This record gives sequence, C-alpha cells and structure tokens, in this order.
Amino acid sequence: MTFMSKPKLHHPELQKNSLGYTRRDYEGAISTLCAGCGHDSISAAIVRACFELDLPPHRIAKLSGIGCSSKTPNYFLGASHGFNSVHGRMPSVLTGANLANRDLIYLGVSGDGDSASIGLGQFAHAMRRGVNMVYIVENNGVYGLTKGQFSATSDKGAKSKRGIVNSDEAINLVGMALQLGATFVARSFSGDKGQLVPLIEAALKHRGAAFIDCISPCVAFNNHDGSTKSFDYVREHNAAVNYLDVIDTKPEITVDYAPGMVETITQHDGSMIQLRKLDLEYDVNDRVSAMTYMQERHAAGEIVTGLLYADPNPRDLHSHLKTSDLPLNALQEDALIPGTAALTAVNAGLR
Amino acid sequence: MLQQLDRVEGLQRINDFVVKFANVNGSGSASANALFAKSILRMGITATPRNIFPSNIQGLPTWYEVRISDAGHMAARGGGVDLMVAMNPQTWDQDVRSIEPDGYLFYDNTKPMPLEKFRTDIVVIGVPLTEITNTAYKDSRQRQLFKNIVGLGALAALIEIDPAAIEQLLAEQFKGRDKLIAANVQALHMGRDWVRQHLDCPIGLTLRHADSVGDRIFIDGNSAAALGAVYGGATVCAWYPITPSSSLAEGFIRYCNRMRVDKATGKNNFAVVQAEDEMASIGIVIGAAWNGARAFTATSGPGISLMQEFIGLAYFAEIPAVIFDVQRAGPSTGMPTRTQQSDITSCAYASHGDTKHVLLIPDDPFECFEFSALAFDLADRLQTPIFVMLDLEIGMNDRLSKPFIWSDSRRFDRGKVMTTQDLEDGKPFGRYMDVDGDGIAYRTLPGTHPTKGAFFTRGTSKDRMARYSEEGADYKENMERLLKKHDTARLLVPPAIERESKFPTKIGAIYYGSTSPAIAEANLLLEAQGIHMDLLRIRGFPFGDEVSRFIEAHDSLFVVEQNRDGQLRSLLINEMEIDPKKLVKIVHYDGTPVSARFIASAIAAWLAKGAS
Repeated sequence: MTFMSKPKLHHPELQKNSLGYTRRDYEGAISTLCAGCGHDSISAAIVRACFELDLPPHRIAKLSGIGCSSKTPNYFLGASHGFNSVHGRMPSVLTGANLANRDLIYLGVSGDGDSASIGLGQFAHAMRRGVNMVYIVENNGVYGLTKGQFSATSDKGAKSKRGIVNSDEAINLVGMALQLGATFVARSFSGDKGQLVPLIEAALKHRGAAFIDCISPCVAFNNHDGSTKSFDYVREHNAAVNYLDVIDTKPEITVDYAPGMVETITQHDGSMIQLRKLDLEYDVNDRVSAMTYMQERHAAGEIVTGLLYADPNPRDLHSHLKTSDLPLNALQEDALIPGTAALTAVNAGLR
Repeated sequence: MLQQLDRVEGLQRINDFVVKFANVNGSGSASANALFAKSILRMGITATPRNIFPSNIQGLPTWYEVRISDAGHMAARGGGVDLMVAMNPQTWDQDVRSIEPDGYLFYDNTKPMPLEKFRTDIVVIGVPLTEITNTAYKDSRQRQLFKNIVGLGALAALIEIDPAAIEQLLAEQFKGRDKLIAANVQALHMGRDWVRQHLDCPIGLTLRHADSVGDRIFIDGNSAAALGAVYGGATVCAWYPITPSSSLAEGFIRYCNRMRVDKATGKNNFAVVQAEDEMASIGIVIGAAWNGARAFTATSGPGISLMQEFIGLAYFAEIPAVIFDVQRAGPSTGMPTRTQQSDITSCAYASHGDTKHVLLIPDDPFECFEFSALAFDLADRLQTPIFVMLDLEIGMNDRLSKPFIWSDSRRFDRGKVMTTQDLEDGKPFGRYMDVDGDGIAYRTLPGTHPTKGAFFTRGTSKDRMARYSEEGADYKENMERLLKKHDTARLLVPPAIERESKFPTKIGAIYYGSTSPAIAEANLLLEAQGIHMDLLRIRGFPFGDEVSRFIEAHDSLFVVEQNRDGQLRSLLINEMEIDPKKLVKIVHYDGTPVSARFIASAIAAWLAKGAS
C-alpha cells in the first residue's frame, strides 16, 4: 500500500531527502507547550530523525497516553495517523495496533507520570513482550498539566518549586527496561541534539522493543535549584557513555572521532550504528554489565546517557506469535473464514 | 442384599427425571459425567447437564446435574433430585436432603454408612465401587479414574442406558488407542456385572430410545462464541483469565490452531495475547481495531468494571471493539462460579459521561455463534464497542442446540473505511462528519495515503475534522451524532422475538438470554393452570419498535431476569419512557439458574394477588 511520494511545492532551498520530502513534511501542528519546554526539542529530534532516515511519514503511527509529553505527537509528523489514548495505557494500544499491521513503524511517546506511575504495568509488559516500537519517555520528573506535583521518577531528595522535598525512591525506567528484556535501551537529554537524534534513528531501525528515556526539563515546574531534572543539573551530571552515528546503507558518511574509540554494531536490517565511545570499557551488547554500570554511576550521582544496550538480533512479538507475514488487517475472507465444509465437520463432531 | 434398603416403592419414570452427581473437585469425575450425559443424548433423549462448581482447583465439592426430559425441557427443573449419586462424604447430608420423596440414592458402600445417615422415604442403592476397583487395579491413579467408569457401568445397568451408546462414545473419544478403549469398556462391564449380580435391575427410573434430539449439536456457549469469532474474521484476541469467560478465549485459540494456520507457510492468521490485566486487554483490542483488524476480548463483570475508561474512549473516539461478557454473580468478586444476568446496566451505560452501548444477547450456543460473528460486522459498521452478553449458565455448560450454519457467499461488512483510491479521487474526508445522515462517519486506517486522510484520534472533544475543540457547539454536535448513530444501531441489532399464546391474552412476559428454556417450560405450567401469556425475547439493545409495540399491547407485563434489581426492566423504563408500574419485576438471583417452577409460581402468585 505504500505510495511513492508526491512532490509538493517547496521553497527551492529546502533540502529534500531521497523520497523528495523536506523537513517541513515531517512537522506537525504548532506546539502549545510552554516556550523552552524540553519536549519540543524531542519533537524536533523526531522530525529530523525521520527526515534523515527517509521514512514515509504516513507509514509511521504515533501513539501516546495523557500528559504534556503525550500531547506532542500532534506537533510532529502531521501526515501520520496519531492516537492520543488514555492515561498510562499507550503501550497496550500500540501493541494492538502493531499486531494488526506489522508493516508500519510504531512510535510511542509517553511521560514519566504516564509510564512510571499510572502506566508502569503496561510499560513493563510491552517491554517484556518485545513489541516492535520506539518508546520514548519524555522524562521531566514532574506533573506539568496538573501544576507541578512530583512524579515517580523524581529523585529522592529533589525539591519541588514550592519547596517540598520528595521522600520516595525514584523509579529508574532504564533499569526496568533492561531487566524486562527490551532489546534496545538508551537514555538521552532533550538538550543534547547531537546525541538524541542518532539515538532515535537507531531505535527506529531496531526491530524490537526500543526504549529511550529522555530527560526533558520542565521549564515551568522543574527547572529550579534543588531540581534534579533541570537543564543545569542534567548538564552538570550527564555521564555520556557514547555518541553514535547511524549509517543507513550510506557508507559514504564519514565519522569524525578519535581512533580506538569506535565500535560498529550492525542492526538486523543491515544498517550500522557506529558508537563513538567515551568510556572505552563500556560494552553495549552486554545487558548485565549495562545494568551494573548504570547503577554504579547512579550511586556516584551521575546520569548515564547514550546507547546502553542493543541486541543486534532482536526477536519481536510477531516472531514469538508466528503471525503471518501479510499484516492481519489485510487478510480477507479467504484467509479468515474456514467455510461451510469445515463447519459441517464441526457440527458432526458435536453429536 | 448388601445396602439396598427397599423401604419404599421408588419413583417410576421413563425418560423424565433428574440425576445429580456429587463429586470432589479434581477427582477426575468430569469425563465420566460427560459420558453419562452424552450416552443419553445418543439414545435420542434430551439431556441437559449443568456443572455446579466452587471457585477452587482441588478438594471442594462439585456437582453435575443432568435433567433428562423427553419432552425437551432444558431448564433447571427446580426442586429436588430423583437420583443422587453421592460420591462425596463431605456433602452427604445436604445431598441426601436434596432427594425427592421416593427418590433414589446411589453410593459407594465399601464402607457402609450407618442407618441414621439415610432417609426412610428414599431408595438406597449401595455399590462397593472402591472395593471393586481396588481389587481390579494396583495403580492408585487407575483406581481413581476407573472408579468413575465402574460407577457409570453400574448406573447404566440400573437405569438402562444403552451400553452400545457408551461403548461407541468411548471408541470415538479414544480413537486409535485401542488399549485404552478396551480398559474403559472392561471397567464399564465390571460395574454393570456387579450390579446385575447383586441388585434388582432396573430401578424405577429408566431410559428408552426416543427421538427428541434430532440433528442438534451439543456444545457450550463459550466454545460456540469462540467459533463465531473465527467465522466473524477476528484476528486479534487479547484477554485476561477470569471465570467464567476463560474458555471462550481458549476456545478461540483451539479453533484457530485448527482452522487459521496457513497451510503453505505454517504461519498464523491470528494473534492472541494473554494480557497483564483487563485494561491492557481492551487497550490491545482498541489499538488493533483502530488499525483495521477485527479484535475482541472476553471477560466477566469485574473485567467490565476495569475496562470502563477504555470503553468510553472507544465510544467517543469511535473505534470498533467486540467484548464478550460472560456474566457471573456480582457485585465485587461475588460468586465467581455462579450464574447471573447482572451486567446489563454496567454494559449498556459503560464508562463516565453520557454513553450508550450496543448489546447482543444470545440465548443458546447457536445464537452465541451467530451473534459472535455478527458482532464483528456491527463493530465495524457502527465503529463502537459491541457487547455480547453471555452468562455462566450458557457459557460453561454443554447444551443441545441447532447446528451452526454459514453461507460461503457471506462477506464481512467492514463498514465505512476510505480506501487509498477514495482519497486519491479527492472524496472529501472529515473523520467525524456525518455524510450519510446515519450518524456514522467515514474513517481511514493508518498508512493508507501519503498525504491525505491522516487524523489524530483522541479521547478529548473535537470538531468534525478531528481537530481538538472545546467549543460547546462542536461538542454538542458530536454527542448528538453519537445518539443518532445509536438510533441507527436499533435497526441493525437482532430484533426481539415474540411468541404468541394460542389464546388472545393481555398478559405478557419479557425475558432474555439463559432464561429462555425456563420461561418456555413455565409457560406450559401456567397454561395448565389456565394462564396464557405472550412471550417476548429481547435479543439486543437498543430496543426496536417491536418491543414498544409488545409493551403497549399488554396490560400485565412481567420482566423475568436473573439479577436483583431488574436491570433490563430499568433499561426498558429508561429508554422507552415506560410507566414503571406497567412492568412487574420477576427476579431470580441466588446464583443458580432460574427454573420453570420458580417463574411459574411467581407469576401465578402475582396474578392471584391482583385478582383477590
């Protein structure tokens, strides 16, 4: 059903990708979030990643739950179908959508309230099922739409804008995703476009459950002294393990980094991720050491970012369920109705 | 003569009595019980079994009650039991108490019961089943399993079940495993021979070959609904185990493994996910249906409660969904293994805000199959959740039913979906625009067209172009259209069926679902008393005009239901502006299936009170 792109009228200087789309074709409605919101930077990163990967916008389905982050799918990929579902339940809706049509790309956008509180169960089960998706949590540690309450990812000891200190332990979604079997796990920062865009690209190329925890400061309620999700705090405590470049069968891309710090991962579809390693010891294919490393750095007060784990040969829910290669929503009567002869046999067996 | 206390004459009945087996859960009695019922069916006699079981895996008492009725009555008869097969010492006293005067008690007298444990007005038949099996078998598991078959052999001799019928069933069940067939037949003969040698056969309750079964099939409603989902084109099933609905989802898996695996590739033309809870189940269904697959979940009352928010989303964002609610006794955990029709209100008005949903209410396995397949067409056509309302009585008990039918020329009604070509041709698209005047708007599926037809699905208010809107006028227009769509559904759900009395009458009874066989029999009991009623069976909601016509045409109207509050009666009053005084509530809600005797006496008593 994929249509070739149709050229539209564009400003002649706008760069086009191989499908003939400009960056503009990947944008959405104008954001109604606060000026300077980290979420808008993530939307911009999604737009850029999809443009650079030459993805036809209409072959992406974007789904979300409820909250500031979940409003963002309206602000990117305007030519894609979107689904703003109910609070904390995006993973199940996305799972169902994915079961119905395995040929689309599924982008789930959620927040820390949506995924770590009300939706923690659905987050966990979508990861462990291996739903082929990109799941981005825009993590600001706060409930913005309801005016600044702590969320479940707020760090213990963090201070709210009104001076209240959070006494509950923070839920570490990256640690959970690793433990639950997600096959691509990363963390980034909305203010670090250089790291975030290639991470989203690599996640989009990954054929399994890909999770990105993106720290995204809330300029209205969580960007003050005492916050552990403010721009300043994250910049100061960011411990990036790597930066990457996604090479989508375009080997002419040259990467600029110091020799001896590069690791190449070939994904299942043939695309390559080149990691510019900042920590030479870090092994991105080792789930257990990823968990250990992250906990150690966390204890030292650092926020580990970068690609933390990737399984080069992931299996997804469809491969577990052995579903037909043709999307289930494309199957017709001939494939679905067993017919009268079969029914007569059923009847005969029931007498 | 061992324990046969022949103090009374004993009931004398042919092809018309009730046998009840008192067993211990997990003792392997189920297959012998089923064999008992099926062999009677093979003799051409209508037999209707019911499992009465606790919420437990092993150890607690279970019962299996079989109503044998050559007249074709399939409802629970009500009252006592004619022959009690008491295999559970734990429930001995209550089992003995439940026997009709002059009825029969069959028990394992390897350890004889003291005389004071019996009643003087019943016939006691003792057969040393444990002793027989312990002598014949060494292995403890064999002893346990074959005891049930030895018992069946003994019973068969006592009430004259045709041995050929049982042996034929065994041959079919264990086809290809000749040793197993021979071992079972041997056990059967052991019981039969002992009884023939030691007791007077037959007793007063006997079976004769008859012709009241015809070409009917014998199946439970959950399996029938599962098969209907296969024929209805369901490809995605998401469910969370809950009694009494689990066997519906499991039935779908079973049939799909048989009928939906592509022969060439070995791949599945279906996907089933056992979700983490009911909210995820309905979420998966909604996601799949939004993306154009036919999807369903099966649940019971507590699951419906958990799904409320999502149901509202599907209603308001207009996404197809099929929900099978196999009802049990509520509220809360209630009685999970007992039957009720108590989710009518919670389904008809599920979720917060103003909502109304479409209900389909089958009354037997045939309709479970039909309405299940229909539900997927209606969900696509109406772009809204469709509830198929079963209950434990229909869902979990095997019963006789018309054979399933299908037409190979039948095509799915996929509803109003814009194709790539429609969009390419420039056909105007507004997701929530009522183009045809029936309240149903056109939708597009994700991925259809590169530049046209994309929209944002949301649970928030929106305008007809699917743009976020908090304008009162946009909101009201949408809500009014949803009401119009609900009115369109009125013409699409199965109409109520009227059964007119032989004599003109102003008395009418309205009922639905599993009450069907009891009301049919109650009608005969009342006719015998000179009370004539017209009957109306509701099969769907919203109600059609035939329902209001029926109500207008009668002076005394009884609404017979299996819940405390008369939920369908309330729905009739609320939706059709009926004077509440006009509808008399007849309710049975103790968790057991309603019986003809109960309905007949309640109606007769009410009429007598009115006359006095």
